[in-house]
Amino acid sequence: MNLTLKIWRQKNASDKGKMVDYPISDVSPDMSFLEMLDVLNEQLINKGEEPVAFDHDCREGICGMCSLYINGEAHGPDRGITTCQLHMRMFKDGDTITIEPFRAKAFPVIKDLVVDRSSFDRIQHAGGFISVNTSGNTIDANAIPINKHDADKSFEAAMCIGCGACVASCKNSSAMLFVGAKVSQFALLPQGQVEATDRVLNMVKQMDEEGFGNCTNTGACEVECPKGISLENIARMNREYLAASLKG
Amino acid sequence: MSILDSKIPKGPLADKWTKHKNDINLVNPANKRLIDVIVVGTGLAGGSAAATLAELGYNVKAFCFQDSPRRAHSIAAQGGINAAKNYQGDGDSTYRLFYDTVKGGDYRSREANVYRLAEVSANIIDQCVAQGVPFAREYGGLLDNRSFGGVLVSRTFYAAGQTGQQLLLGAYSALNRQIGRGKVKMYNRHEMLDVVIVDGKARGIIARNLVTGEIERHSAHAVVLGTGGYGNVFFLSTNAMGSNVTAAWKAHKRGAFFANPCYTQIHPTCIPVSGDHQSKLTLMSESLRNDGRIWVPKHKKDVEAIRAGKLKPTDLAEEDRDYYLERRYPAFGNLVPRDVASRAAKERCDAGYGVNATGEAVYLDFASAFMRYGKEQAHVKGLDENDDALVKKLGQEVVRTKYGNLFQMYEKIVDQNPYETPMMIYPAVHYTMGGVWVDYNLMTTVPGLYCIGEANFSDHGANRLGASALMQGLADGYFVLPYTIGDYLADDIRTGPISTDSKEFEEAEKSVKDNIAHLINNNGKYSVDHFHKKLGKIMWNKCGMARNEADLKSAITEIAELRAEFWKDVKVPGSNDEFNEELAKALRVADFLELGELFAKDALLREESAGGHFREEYQTAEGEAMRRKEFQYVSAWEYKGEPKDAVLHKEDLVYENIEVKERSYK
Amino acid sequence: MSGIFNSSIGRKFAMALSAFFLMIFLVMHVSINFTSVFSEELFNELSHFMGTNPLIQGLMQPILIIGVIFHFVMGFILEAQNRASRGSVKYAKNAASANSSWMSRNMLLSGLVILAFLGIHFYDFWVHEMTVKYIEGDMSGLIDPNVADSGFRYYEELREKFVSPVRVGIYVVAFVLLALHLLHGFNSAFQSVGANNKYTKGLKGFSKVYSIGIPALFIFIAVYHHFTH
Repeated sequence: MNLTLKIWRQKNASDKGKMVDYPISDVSPDMSFLEMLDVLNEQLINKGEEPVAFDHDCREGICGMCSLYINGEAHGPDRGITTCQLHMRMFKDGDTITIEPFRAKAFPVIKDLVVDRSSFDRIQHAGGFISVNTSGNTIDANAIPINKHDADKSFEAAMCIGCGACVASCKNSSAMLFVGAKVSQFALLPQGQVEATDRVLNMVKQMDEEGFGNCTNTGACEVECPKGISLENIARMNREYLAASLKG
Repeated sequence: MSILDSKIPKGPLADKWTKHKNDINLVNPANKRLIDVIVVGTGLAGGSAAATLAELGYNVKAFCFQDSPRRAHSIAAQGGINAAKNYQGDGDSTYRLFYDTVKGGDYRSREANVYRLAEVSANIIDQCVAQGVPFAREYGGLLDNRSFGGVLVSRTFYAAGQTGQQLLLGAYSALNRQIGRGKVKMYNRHEMLDVVIVDGKARGIIARNLVTGEIERHSAHAVVLGTGGYGNVFFLSTNAMGSNVTAAWKAHKRGAFFANPCYTQIHPTCIPVSGDHQSKLTLMSESLRNDGRIWVPKHKKDVEAIRAGKLKPTDLAEEDRDYYLERRYPAFGNLVPRDVASRAAKERCDAGYGVNATGEAVYLDFASAFMRYGKEQAHVKGLDENDDALVKKLGQEVVRTKYGNLFQMYEKIVDQNPYETPMMIYPAVHYTMGGVWVDYNLMTTVPGLYCIGEANFSDHGANRLGASALMQGLADGYFVLPYTIGDYLADDIRTGPISTDSKEFEEAEKSVKDNIAHLINNNGKYSVDHFHKKLGKIMWNKCGMARNEADLKSAITEIAELRAEFWKDVKVPGSNDEFNEELAKALRVADFLELGELFAKDALLREESAGGHFREEYQTAEGEAMRRKEFQYVSAWEYKGEPKDAVLHKEDLVYENIEVKERSYK
Repeated sequence: MSGIFNSSIGRKFAMALSAFFLMIFLVMHVSINFTSVFSEELFNELSHFMGTNPLIQGLMQPILIIGVIFHFVMGFILEAQNRASRGSVKYAKNAASANSSWMSRNMLLSGLVILAFLGIHFYDFWVHEMTVKYIEGDMSGLIDPNVADSGFRYYEELREKFVSPVRVGIYVVAFVLLALHLLHGFNSAFQSVGANNKYTKGLKGFSKVYSIGIPALFIFIAVYHHFTH
């Protein structure tokens, strides 16, 4: 396949940045999207140009590092996958593909397609944990039976890979799906109840301070989420938060 | 007498760890505040260690090259984590987990370490549940288990196909709590480029800020490396793109011995290579072998028909299929350990029975699992058990709940529906058992320098059993290192802060900067990947699943030549004071190019076959690995300038509590 | 509790509460209006009651006005914050329609049209009512306050308003936009207060009926009076 790539190039955080066109030829449909970019970069290096910087690591859809906005969608046109799992067979010969970084005020661009998502980390520092010491001297793991349905729901929320596709897709750059998943994971388990009030208040406070927008329930996040995290998690966080506000 | 002192405590095996904990020095809580510890790497081992050390009261600085500690490659572990809980009542015990691990490692691991690992394994599950890890449960609300290769019990705890993710998020949450309290200072997007040794002790690191390119000095009273394995020396592996050996290798160059570099795990169930553009390989969890059956056609004519697309695998009659694992290893069948399964696949493919165009793939078939589960479901639901279409559909639903994400992953990559046609798989580099040599306290040969998790060598011998990597990482980080490091740090309570102005820091920083300057100014002809791919080809062809003397010797020469060529001809665009992925890669590949040679040298020395190390010269008449008594030792290499000059030190492996036998899975 | 309305979730909660209030109001409004289609008498009586009852005039009416203003002002505040959260650089290509409905992305637009309509509506009915009742002091509700059997004026006035095709056209457009606003807003309000479970799934069908039904009735009433005049 022969393609035209329109890629966002930005030297560093203070650079203005612009879209640049790159033709690329002999792309195999079996390549992953990032392998296609590898080929482009190899060509750029050989021509003496600077390769395109993009985040990636595991390349199997679990680390959450890759973060490209492809043809107007986070992680591209396919569903239930990350950028690294997107394959070129989704495109046609002659296509023009627009590649941009995940955009949000809370995700400033570091270089080209690489953004800083440490705001997600800071939200978790504020309360994304259960305060047990790691001594191992806790009760036996089977001492508290947990309803399978709740355990499964908790797991589904915990599947979030923290990639930020929800924020990138949201017209308001809201981080509610991410934070909702984190809050839900613990809210659904008995272990998480003890600190439930403080957790949700602190995490939401941090989320707001990071400059994420308000949720207007468009549902774009759920559609673009590579792990299919459900909007139910946002509703659960809303409940938890409102109840916690009344209590606290 | 070797200069290596493994510091294994005296006394009966089962009491060693308890007794050791009672005997070693402690640091009182007020003094812990005066002590700094650097932890490099934030996967299961590094993340859990950093959190626990901070919780105990030490001041921790943690480093990771990813943009968040949560992205360390532990996250990609799929199948599960072992623990000797015996919740299933199927005869499991600490001893049996210990036994399975030592046997699985082909009697090349250290008894006392493995026993300790088995001993603390149960605590890991308690700990993880307490911190909210959502393990899979049964309808009664209790934890569920599954089986993994090389064992006869069900002791693997799991969270669908994302166990590593869930455990890492658990460790990350503990770490977050400490970051929030200010006890851990987290340095994301930082890569360690050297260890600083002051007066013979590890006292800090030199790190590069990957965003600004700044070279930073960080000091501490002790340094812990939890930096993972070096599988990427093969270029293609199931490791993450950024996984590297640099931290461990720099430690080696500063005096830490490197043990058993040739012990590499080639995982049997990975998606086959599809072309030259391939950047990495994807694992399909070993748990699939619980339900999938592995086969190739019995006859060459069918192989050719399948390759030519004239025959569909589903149309091949049962009697024309060779379920070679079930045939060769009736007792363990499809659940033989990884090294055995991988070699068997290679044997069939080398004999010309590979089922894809490259001839390097075998089938992993779920058809019989669909029918088995489907019949069960039909029975439970009172439906017609003889309606094959219905039974198959019901069975597929069961399989979907167990492995749905893996099937989806396969379909996205290969573009074939594994519910309708068998998966194609082939072995790929997955894990490295070798690593930095450590004693019982997990301290390297450099005082104050510790190494934990996959980065060290200690627990898995020559082959790791499935679901044991997660166990080891967390055991080291949560339950072992936090005790043993106190013994060392007890002498440091009056040392005070370590200055970064010493000549040692200056020297280390200068050598890092010189290295970088060389790479940036080199202006050669070829990209970093060009060399990395070449190195990978040498490693895979000559140091891969089967090795022999001639190949290894030529690998040593070729790698040395490639390294020289790299330094002469590598091209790194951009500058050093910016986000520069190519520079980061170049620094990593430079170290792989040294490690690769030591790897081959170690494989050449080890004239036996053990676990993941298979020397063609040493095999039984049936083609099984032939271990040799005279190699019952750990080879620990001391750095002497060039890999070829590395000096061998042997740590003899003594088995007092387990009989060293032929490792049979028949 | 104090900080709740300073938080993103709290603001959304407040937005949802005002939305619920307005949605209930719409039901009342359309019910009364609809009586005009089949019973002039009933419509007049209800209108007179609503227009002169001190509880409704003195308490409910101000609450309603505050509710409307709050809903709009909060909507603008949220929109402004959300725009700021996006950052300064826009996507060169954004396939928003691939992951969200037009309605959900254009609540501001539909809201603004409704706001403009409310201006006209207030001018047409509310300002008129206020002038007659509280400035001219005519609380009788009669066509001719001096003639006791002249009958209530409400129905006649209503019929009068729908003579103009332009006004009916504006009316129709505004209610189509209201339908679009509700199609997203109804479920959105439930989600914002944290109701997303098996019961709200059942509510989705009802929300469609409500969101299309209520505006459709308003349109029907306007068109009916226009053509039967």
